[in-house]
Amino acid sequence: MNAAMVEAQGVRKSFGSTEILKGIDLRVERGSVTCLIGPSGSGKTTFLRCINHLEKVDAGRLYVDEHLVGYTERHGRLYEMKERQTARSRLNAGMVFQRFNLFPHMTVLENIVEAPVHVLGRPRNEVTAEAQTLLDRVGLGDRGHSYPQELSGGQQQRIAIARALAMKPKLMLFDEPTSALDPELVGEVLDVMKSLAEAGMTMVVVTHELGFARQVSDQVVFMDQGVVVESGPPAGVLGSPRHERTQAFLSKVL
Amino acid sequence: MQQHSIPDTRKQAPPASEDSIPVVRLRHPVRLAIAAVLILLALSAAWDVAVNQRYHWDVVISYLFAPQIIAGAGLTILLTVVSMSVGIALGTLLAVMRLSANPILSTISRSYIWFFRGTPLLVQLIFWYNIAALYPVIAFGLPFGGPSLILGSANVLISPLGAALLGLSLNEAAYMAEIIRGGIGSVDKGQYDAARALGMDGGKLMRRVILPQAMRVVLPPTGNQVISMLKGTALVSVLAISDLLYSAQIIYANNYQTIPLLIVASLWYLLMTTILSFFQTKLERRYGRGFDVAPRRTRQQKAQPKTRTA
Repeated sequence: MNAAMVEAQGVRKSFGSTEILKGIDLRVERGSVTCLIGPSGSGKTTFLRCINHLEKVDAGRLYVDEHLVGYTERHGRLYEMKERQTARSRLNAGMVFQRFNLFPHMTVLENIVEAPVHVLGRPRNEVTAEAQTLLDRVGLGDRGHSYPQELSGGQQQRIAIARALAMKPKLMLFDEPTSALDPELVGEVLDVMKSLAEAGMTMVVVTHELGFARQVSDQVVFMDQGVVVESGPPAGVLGSPRHERTQAFLSKVL
Repeated sequence: MQQHSIPDTRKQAPPASEDSIPVVRLRHPVRLAIAAVLILLALSAAWDVAVNQRYHWDVVISYLFAPQIIAGAGLTILLTVVSMSVGIALGTLLAVMRLSANPILSTISRSYIWFFRGTPLLVQLIFWYNIAALYPVIAFGLPFGGPSLILGSANVLISPLGAALLGLSLNEAAYMAEIIRGGIGSVDKGQYDAARALGMDGGKLMRRVILPQAMRVVLPPTGNQVISMLKGTALVSVLAISDLLYSAQIIYANNYQTIPLLIVASLWYLLMTTILSFFQTKLERRYGRGFDVAPRRTRQQKAQPKTRTA
C-alpha cells in the first residue's frame, strides 16, 4: 500500500461547545506540498495543530507516517498516549509558527542546537556543524550568534525553519508562516519554503499566499466552517473552483 | 517645549559622515538649580548628624567591628542564604505543581501556599521552636500506631537554629511560589507550542525554555524578598538566636547605648543590602539577554543587506 504521510479520517475537534473541525478527510502524499486555504475561523490552523498533537483529536483518526496521532490502538480501543510518548511522536513533524516562537533567551545557534542536543541527545559539536549548514541554507550563515530579537521578522522565520529542520523531520507543518511579516519580507521566507519543497520535503502549509499555493503546491485544500469544501491540484481549486464557497472566498482574496 | 524634555538617546550620535548641522542640546537650568539646592541641604544635614554629640559616633565606631556584631552579621547572612535557597527551590517546585494539570499536585501546592501565607511568620517560628512539646519524638512509621523507625528526640533534632531555618524557609517558599508562578505566566504561550513541537516533554520544556524566560520577571520581586528576608531574620531573636539585630540588642541592654548600637546594626544591614542589589543588577542583566536589544544592534552596520536565498 502506498501509505500517505498524513491521513485524516473524519477528524473532529471541539473547543468547549464549539465544533471547530467537523470531520476532516485528507491525504497528504509523501514528498508533496499541500496548502490549506480558507477564511479565518475555518479550522485550518486547528487541523494543522492536530497533526502535531498540539491539539487533541476528539473523534476520527489521524495518521502521520502510518502512526495514529495521540493514541495507541489495542484490542479495538484507542488509548490516550502519555505525555512522553506524545513528545516522541512529535519528532516526525517540524513546525513553523505564524509568530516564529523562537526562544528569545538563546542565540540563533542555541535555538537550532537546543532540541537535537537536549531531546535527541546528540553530541553538541556535531549538531552545531549541521546547524551552521542549515543557517547557510536559509541565507543567514553569519547570524548564528545574534539573538532573535535583533533580527527582522523574515530572518526570524527563516531561523525558525532551520530550527525545525535540525530535527530532521519527515514532514514540515507551516502555520501561516508569512502572516506576521511586513510585506517586503514575505518573499525571503517563501523562497526558503520553495527550495525546501524542491528538495522533496513533505509540507502542509496553512497560508493566505495564493501565489505560493498556485506555484508550489501539489494539492490545495479549501476549508470553511470546519469542513473540507474542495481539494485538488491548484489549477483546479484556484483556477476553476467548483464550489460556490470557494468561488466567494477567492473573489474576496484575489 | 514639553515634548522635547524626554532625552532621545537614538539621536545623540548623528553619523559623522553626513554633513552635520550643529545641534544645540536642550538645557535644563531649573534642574541644575534644584539639584544644587538639594546637594546643599543634604550636606548640611550630614554635617548636623556628624557633629551632633548625642549620636555617640565614638560608640558606633567602637562597636562597628565588635566580635558579637560580626558573629551576628554572619548568622544573619547564613539564615538569609539558607532560607532563601531552600525557599526558591521549594517555591519553584510549588509553582510548577500549582500550574500542573494533575489535580493532586495543584491541590497540594494550593493548600501549602494558603497555609504558610495565611499564618504569621512569628507564629510559625515559635511553632517549630516548640515542636518538641507537640511531638517529643520524631520517627518514621506506619500510620495508626504501626511499627516505626525512631530518629530521635525532637528537641535534639530541631535546634533553635534548625527551627529558625525551617520556619523561614517554608514560609519563604510559599511567597516565592507565587512570584515564580507569576513569572511562568508571563512567558508567551507560543513558547510552549514551539518547545512541544520540538519534542520536549514537560520537564525539559520548563527547565530549558520557560523558567529561564520567567527569570526576567521573577528577579526584581525576588530581590525584594531577599532583602526583606535579610531584615526579617531579625524575627528569629524570639528563638534566642543571636543574629545581627539581637546581638546589638544584647549589647545595648547592658550599656544603654541604644541609638549607637542600632546605627551599627543598620550600617551592616545597609552594606549587605547594597551588595545584594549589586548582584541583583548583574543577574537581571544576565537573564535580560536577548530581550533588551539595544546594546548589540548599535554594533552592527545600520543597513544590513537583505540576503535573499535563491
